[in-house]
Amino acid sequence: MLVLVTYDVRTSDAGGTKRLRRVAKACRDYGQRVQYSVFEIEVDPAQWAALRARLEAVIDPAHDSLRYYHLGANGQRRVEHVGAKPNLDLDGPLIV
Amino acid sequence: MKKLLNTLYVTTEGAGLRKDGENLVAEVDGAERARLPLHRIGSVVAVGAVYVSPALIGALARGGIALVLLDRQGRFEARVEGPVSGNVLLRRAQYRAAEQPEEIVRSIVSAKVANQRAVLQRALRDHGDDFAPERRSAVEAAVERLARILRRVAFEAGGVDVLRGAEGEAANLYFAVFDDLIRVPDPALRFRGRSRRPPLDAVNALLSFLYTLLTHDCRAAAEANGLDPAVGFLHRDRPGRPSFALDLMEELRPVLADRLALSLINRRQLSTRDFETRDGGAVLLTDAARKTVLTAWQERKKEERRHAFVDEVAPLGLVPHLQAQLLARHLRGDLDAYPPWFWK
Repeated sequence: MLVLVTYDVRTSDAGGTKRLRRVAKACRDYGQRVQYSVFEIEVDPAQWAALRARLEAVIDPAHDSLRYYHLGANGQRRVEHVGAKPNLDLDGPLIV
Repeated sequence: MKKLLNTLYVTTEGAGLRKDGENLVAEVDGAERARLPLHRIGSVVAVGAVYVSPALIGALARGGIALVLLDRQGRFEARVEGPVSGNVLLRRAQYRAAEQPEEIVRSIVSAKVANQRAVLQRALRDHGDDFAPERRSAVEAAVERLARILRRVAFEAGGVDVLRGAEGEAANLYFAVFDDLIRVPDPALRFRGRSRRPPLDAVNALLSFLYTLLTHDCRAAAEANGLDPAVGFLHRDRPGRPSFALDLMEELRPVLADRLALSLINRRQLSTRDFETRDGGAVLLTDAARKTVLTAWQERKKEERRHAFVDEVAPLGLVPHLQAQLLARHLRGDLDAYPPWFWK
């Protein structure tokens, strides 16, 4: 299933940059960065549970926020891209 | 059902692969070319001089992701595997079954011959009118004789060697008319019998490359299902030969490899300049052509077909996995026979 994860982490207070870095790293381990704080993540339910737990352990709920958009099993069809930074289709032929 | 995981092919000379977090990062000349989360890939195939970091090799092995090294000619060189896993009882059952392989071999040979016949029939149906009359009747005769072999395979008792003989006979008949299925007039793209190690013409070079890719997928399927890829039924054991992977491949060859080779040539996606001749007459695909073939191969694996036995729609790329799973169930005693894969 495809999940879109976006986040806002307040970097002005102590530890903010560290949290931001950790959130980004967790997202990058599971998915693809499509914009600065936006990741497209293709996971099975178990992997999703693991990622979610990891993210929610990092953030400070008083200052930061996470938003999950569940796009379902055929999520790729619901995504359109216009403009710069085209991303890699991980289901297409991968030839380097 | 299992998800069909993607395969990353690295064909650029001097490319580097490294691990970053849980990502695989591919670099060429210091620039990042691809970044993939490891859980999205099923295997990595590196062609030629490709550098792989030790940390990545370890992560691939732990994740059960096969790393296969091919040389520049596309020949198999090495495969990096993690610890042997799976069920020891299943492997023992496989070894015992390999002592009495007749019924499994019968299934495999039936499906292979039926699928070869289906490839010829499909060609007759799609463009039979374009054939010269005598060539058309030659293909029709081959279809007819393959049907007779099929009946013999299904009903005749006589042991594994008889079945192996029938398989060879069918292959001869099939490859004798294979050239008629090539619809481009180019004399350099004719098929004059199977040659390998080395392939001596363009069509053989293409077939050999596709068979290498298919062997690799079948081997991965065997291992993923806890079976020993080296202990075969139709293929006799030989040191270093993945006999069981080759068995698994037999029924899929005509559809996954031969048909794809024909499409690539007939649709003119490949032409004479995509092949180069080396000293000694060996013919090889050029680097650019190899990319064309890999792209077509990956696309073909995504095409879906209904599996006659499990009655589910599955991408062609998962068929080796399904077949390995069905064989494992047969070996465990959950299925009375091994149901092979028939192309419809």
